[in-house]
Amino acid sequence: MTETVLNVSNVQKTFGGLQALSDINLKVDKGQIHAIIGPNGAGKSTLLNVIIGRLAPDSGTVKFGDMILTGMQPYEINQAGVVRVFQTPEIFPELTLLQNVMVPAFAKRDGSFKFNPFKSMAREKAIVEEAEHVLEDLGLHNQMHNLSSSMSRGDKRRLELAMCLIQHPKLLLLDEPTAGMARHDTNRTIELLQRIKERGMTKVIIEHDMHVVFSLADHISVLAQGAIIADGTPDEVRGNPKVQEAYLGGAHL
Amino acid sequence: MSIHSTRNDVLTMVAFTAVVLTMPLWLDPIGAAYPDLLQKFAIFGLFAIGFNILFGLTGYLSFGHAAFLGVGSYAAVWSFKLLTMNVLPAIAFAIIVSGVFAVLIGFISLRRSGIYFSILTLAFAQMSYNMAYSVLTPITNGETSLQLALNDPRILDPVAEAGAGLPSTELFGMSMRGYSGFYFCAVLLIIGFYISLRIFRSPFGMKLRAIKSNQTRMNYTGYNTRPYLLSAFVISGMYAGLAGALLAITDPLAGAERMQWTASGEVVLMTILGGVGTLVGPLLGAGLIKYFENIFSSYNERVLHEIFSFLPDALENLVVFVTNPFVGEGWHLTLGTLFMVIVIFLPGGIMEGMSRLGRLFRFGRKEG
Repeated sequence: MTETVLNVSNVQKTFGGLQALSDINLKVDKGQIHAIIGPNGAGKSTLLNVIIGRLAPDSGTVKFGDMILTGMQPYEINQAGVVRVFQTPEIFPELTLLQNVMVPAFAKRDGSFKFNPFKSMAREKAIVEEAEHVLEDLGLHNQMHNLSSSMSRGDKRRLELAMCLIQHPKLLLLDEPTAGMARHDTNRTIELLQRIKERGMTKVIIEHDMHVVFSLADHISVLAQGAIIADGTPDEVRGNPKVQEAYLGGAHL
Repeated sequence: MSIHSTRNDVLTMVAFTAVVLTMPLWLDPIGAAYPDLLQKFAIFGLFAIGFNILFGLTGYLSFGHAAFLGVGSYAAVWSFKLLTMNVLPAIAFAIIVSGVFAVLIGFISLRRSGIYFSILTLAFAQMSYNMAYSVLTPITNGETSLQLALNDPRILDPVAEAGAGLPSTELFGMSMRGYSGFYFCAVLLIIGFYISLRIFRSPFGMKLRAIKSNQTRMNYTGYNTRPYLLSAFVISGMYAGLAGALLAITDPLAGAERMQWTASGEVVLMTILGGVGTLVGPLLGAGLIKYFENIFSSYNERVLHEIFSFLPDALENLVVFVTNPFVGEGWHLTLGTLFMVIVIFLPGGIMEGMSRLGRLFRFGRKEG
């Protein structure tokens, strides 16, 4: 019996007259990589925004373990252990790479607010070392004292991943983690995501790249026009005629 | 890295202390070494340092910080009237009152960001300014300004002898006029600078910078940014309150014009001129503006003729004719021109100019 980490039930969302999400039900099991795929405009990003608290659903609930995430503030959702990597990298451009990673490490250790204006950074060795370690893990330690605004886009994405990983999230949400990356970088990211899978972190990935999806996912949900049309293991989804019709326009995978 | 930076901080503090305490010496050649102006350097330096903790670190531009300056002055004068002429209770009282005031204004204003935050703070300051002239006259004494009087209670001080004049502010018997007043302000400036240095170097300061850099990411990183912003706002309000108290200490008088929007704008100019978000920049900006205000405004045509007397007569008259609008009443023109030049060519203020010069110098040395 597997444990359900994320439980999306009966979520609806409309924008004006447009039904973006209609009656979405989704279960994500612990330790799995769960991919959500679908053609453009299927509602993938909307669903992710509902899960992370950026958008409020019109009806339905999102549960993380026993906690109802719907209606919680983004920072509360983060503190509960649900962390998101954005599609366009959201980093702190005016800070160095090391500081970029230290800030989330402080959030993990100190919670959503801590007033320590007189504490010297010299007494935060543990956090500095941890941040250096994570940067090393992602191959960014050579430039850790540079400003993050000076990095390439691919490096910014990896930095953002480092900022999320240092928080040891229970559930990591990735919005197209390889979009705009060269094949070489894509393969590195896949490798990295496989590596952290072994740490028992649950991940939900939205992805266009079929190569990425089929080399990583344990479970795939297919969204089309705001509804889930297929749900299962990669092999089940691959053979599903409805998926081929909606998503691939009848072509074979 | 960390040990190294701690040592750097100690060096910074030693150098800073030395520079501030020797101000009467090295400011003498440019005619700025008289107590009244030196006090202003220290007081407005403190005001700008505190303002920079909010504006420089979080990026929230308050346009109403003069309100806290005024509140600090009123609180200090009331302490002189009711309690004692000793300056320490006045300072404590001013910092507490302006801090409480900042909690109230900050709590409401920080519900918005960007230009809306600026407008809200401006509105609150103008409201305070107008109320000081109208409904709050019993506290502020309206247009006549709040002043000391012979019959003030001063419950902690010994009863004054009959026929004695108005008492002056003092610190355990030491009068706060002239140079002792300057040194008192200088010591507080050094303490204020040290606190600001610690904040800049702390995890708290790093998080404030992160809020300035990307507040959305902060929220999704697990931070409730509102209390961080409010803390920064209150700290900078307390600095302003302290500066207001020092104004009242060096001249025991508190008027509402201190809270006017021009005074709020002045501290914004100081910070931008010197370098937003740098430790020393706001101090330089404050010094520069106060210097211009006091020195350039005292120049007139006669002084200019004296300065340029080495030139041939026709040229002398021409130069004086050209420069005359920039001095005296026209000192704002000089300041405005300087401000435009700096904002256009050195967006990082004087500090950016200095670091560019430094790089040039290092580069030149390497070449040589």
